[in-house]
This record gives sequence, structure tokens and C-alpha cells, in this order.
Amino acid sequence: MAISHQLKRVDFIFSNENDWEKVLSATIKKKPTDLINELISSELKGRGGAGFPTGLKWKLAAEAKSDAKYIICNADEGEPGTFKDREILSKVPYKVLTAMAVCGYITGAKEGFIYLRGEYKFLQTELNKAIDEFHYYCKEIKFDFSISIFMGSGAYICGEETALMESMEGKRGEPRNKPPFPTQHGYKNMPTVINNVETLVHTFTIFKYGAKKFYDLGVQYSRGTKLFSVSGDTPKPGIYELELGMSLQDFVYEFGDGDTKAVQVGGASGFLVPRKKFKDAAIGFKGKLTGISLPTGGSMMLFNSSRSMYNVLDNYLEFFREESCGQCTPCRVGCQQLLLGIKAVKRGEKPASYLDKLLRLTETMQLTAKCGLGQSVANSFSSIVENFQEEMIY
Amino acid sequence: MNPIKSLIRDMADKHGRSRENLLPIMQAVVEREKYLSEYSMIEIAKQFDIPAAEVYGTATFYSFIETKPAGQYIIRICKTITCAMKGKNQVLFAIQDMLKIKMGETTPDKRFTLLETNCLGWCHKAPAMMVNDEVYTELTPERVRDILTGYMKINEQNIN
Repeated sequence: MAISHQLKRVDFIFSNENDWEKVLSATIKKKPTDLINELISSELKGRGGAGFPTGLKWKLAAEAKSDAKYIICNADEGEPGTFKDREILSKVPYKVLTAMAVCGYITGAKEGFIYLRGEYKFLQTELNKAIDEFHYYCKEIKFDFSISIFMGSGAYICGEETALMESMEGKRGEPRNKPPFPTQHGYKNMPTVINNVETLVHTFTIFKYGAKKFYDLGVQYSRGTKLFSVSGDTPKPGIYELELGMSLQDFVYEFGDGDTKAVQVGGASGFLVPRKKFKDAAIGFKGKLTGISLPTGGSMMLFNSSRSMYNVLDNYLEFFREESCGQCTPCRVGCQQLLLGIKAVKRGEKPASYLDKLLRLTETMQLTAKCGLGQSVANSFSSIVENFQEEMIY
Repeated sequence: MNPIKSLIRDMADKHGRSRENLLPIMQAVVEREKYLSEYSMIEIAKQFDIPAAEVYGTATFYSFIETKPAGQYIIRICKTITCAMKGKNQVLFAIQDMLKIKMGETTPDKRFTLLETNCLGWCHKAPAMMVNDEVYTELTPERVRDILTGYMKINEQNIN
């Protein structure tokens, strides 16, 4: 099969990290405001899925007045179908550490944490060795910044930034109300920058090569590259760094097995796109892209025609029901009722029209749930139920 | 002194008794005992000078903090979508058949506990499972039998 000319493979993230000492010492000689401007002009947006402009986040934290500030690297990668952060931390850990330290330099924070999910505990020893060497170099250049690992203990919701901070404070990982945002009141109520692992690595690229090299890739509103975690019915599952803004059609041409029925973009909390909409869908943040634009943390799961979409939805809902923290009613009860509801329709105990009621329930959850978990259940639920209604009923 | 009590006290002495150290201490106890007993929760509460209910509330939030006795090896098999699609059930049947336990149970000799878990982050090498902190991927019924046989042998060697 010919490689599609539309997909541009790039190799920034996993490329050589041996020059991290040089990058660190050169970057911290520049003025913080210049670095922030560089980051803002790159138009880098957060790679965990939500897509908040990284430069603005760092700027807000830098402007916050406080004795103590913190930098957190969010390595609680729990979205189904995502596994890129694990690969980054095992292959190029020094890029992550360097980026955290530069962020500390810019914002005035002296302490950083990597919140590592319990499932990735096997990375801890190697990562600690890298941190030791990193500290040694910081001492050598008389740069005051320390990093430590905080281990998670198996909770998807702790990937939500404020739940993660609650967890680090020794509490149940229940999301906080926003605002205030972490850049004002974060970990221990102090200004905190929290970034996804991949976002930090992109800042390393930007500080090393300048914003232009990053900005020149991608499309308007979706600049640069992104790591994609490809799994499901594909002959080549794995991790790929691609330019943002690609069409789903081209993606399927490259990664599909010739019989792709649908692609789940962005994990269980993202959207399912059926075959007939592949050509209208592009991967990137909302804006100039015509048709459907799908932001993503990079999870791309392919399903071929042998898969039942009912089973897929059932699996997602069970996931959400278990991972809902239970704090707010729309999410706690909503996830349970959605799962019971589709089972009842499938068994014929409820009429097909009951699906409409369930769709309205997801709308309510989208409007009233406290955090992204409850709000985003509607994404996969509506995109599956609306596109594969017969499979839900028969 | 009870070894868990002294572990809790030593860790509190070393890392401090502020609330940020609660999860790390619970993790250390679970690493030693495989679960967090009521006794441990009360001891931790005493050391931190917080209500035991706070410790219980925090502990029960996290799926890796077991609060009932578990075996020496905790098997966590991923049940999320890609693993489910790629034959997780066949692997699960092979484990249940070999260990003669159902989901959530512990073998009578207290060696193995079988649990399901959500996405482990190995979807490109599904199906996956963890045995304690160790990860195993691209599982088949044959492969999982070999892996478990390996764990059983470790125990036999220790006994002899």
C-alpha cells in the first residue's frame, strides 16, 4: 500500500535528547518574558486533550504573586487507547525534566513533581536515576530546581488537573470547582503549572529550535505535531508523531485494515466517527478546519466491520461508571443509568425511543457535571448512538 | 512492635506527618502487606492525627489500595476496549481455569488474587495484564499459562 502523501511523519519528540544540558543552560540565560513570547508565538496547545494554550498558562503562573509555586508534569495517562506518555518517559525523560526546569525558571517555581500513574510504576526506578543525574547537573550550573515523583494509585479521574492536586494532597481524587484555576490556586493552594508529558516535550523542541520550526507545521489553530497512539483493528498499532490537521480519511488509508467501520478519536471521552464521515473529519482544534474538527489527546482506535458498536459503547460506559469519582450527581447517577438504559433497550425491555431519553440525559450531564469526565460522556454516547442506532436496538 | 506499626511510624518519621504523605505511606503498607488493613488505617490515622474515616475515605478511592486481604501476586487484567477486542476473555478463562478461582477471588494458598482493571496503556500490544508491578502484553492463553507457571515455581523454590 502506498503511503498517503497527506500524512506527514515527523520526528521531533523521540529525536536525540543528549543535548539537554546545552538546551537547559542556554535557555535559562534568556529573559523569561522572551521565552514566554516565544512559546505564545508557537501557538502550542496542551496535548493532554483539552488544548489550552501553553504559553498563556505559563504567563499566568509567572504573573501570579506568591512565595511558592509548583510545576507538575501530568503523567496520569489513563484515557483508553492512549499510551504515548509512557513511551516519552521511558525514551526521552531528560526532555521532560529540562522542560519542567525551564518552566520553573520562567514562573519562579523551585519545585516540580511528576504524577506517575500506578500502572506505570515499572518506570519509577529508571526515571529516578534520570532525576538524580538531572539534579547533579542543576547543582553544577547552580540552578535551583528539584523534581520528584508522586505515584498515583489507579484512578482515571486523577488525570483531571485539580483531582490530581487533591490526590497529591493526600485526599480523594475529586475535582475542584474552576475557577480559580491552578495557575492561581493549584497544589497546596499555590500557583501551579500543570502540563501533560507531551506538551512539556514540545516546549523543549520550541526552546531548542525556536517557535517557527514548530509553528510551520500543522494548520491554522492547530500548529505543530502530535503523538498518536494507534490501536484496535490496524495492521500497524503503535505510536506515531504526525502533523496536526490531517484528514481522518488519510489516516484510515494509512492505518486501516481495509475494512474500517469507525474510528474513535480521543479515547472513550472523545468521538466515534463512522466511515461515511471520514472525509469530512480532520484532527485538530476547532477553527479554520472545515467540516468536523476533532481535538484529541492522541488516542486513535480503529474498529472494523466485525465489531459491534453496542459492545464498544457498553465497554466505555462500564469504564465511566467505575471511574466516575461519585462526587457530583449528574455524573455518578448518569453513568449508571446510561449503562442500565442501553442494556434495557438491547434486551427489548425498553422501546427504541428510550435512546432519545438517554441522549437527553447525556446533554444534561454535559451541562451540569462538575468536570470533564461527566461532561464528555455525551461525546462518545451520542456519536455512537446516533450513527449506529440499529446496532443499539437489534 | 508490630512490623506494620513500625513501618508506618518509621515512614512518618522520615517523610513527615503532613497530609501530602498519606498516599505514599498507604502505598508502602500495600507494597508490604498487599492490602491496607483496618489496623493499618487506624495506625496511620494516629500518626497523622486525623480521623480514621479520612484515611478510610482516601484509601477506598484508589483501586490499587486494596482494603481486603489479597494474595502475594495480584493479577490485574485489563478489560478496556482494545484488550476486550483482542481476546482478553480467552486469557481470563485460562487464568481462572489454571488457578481455580473466579474474578475477585484469592487462591486458598494466598498466592494469587485475580482482578480486572481499566486501561493499562498497552492497547497496541493488547491484551495486557499486570502481576504486581510487572506488565505482560500480547497475551494468549498459552502465554499466560507459562507466565503463571513461572510465578508458581518461584514459590516452590522459596518453600524448598
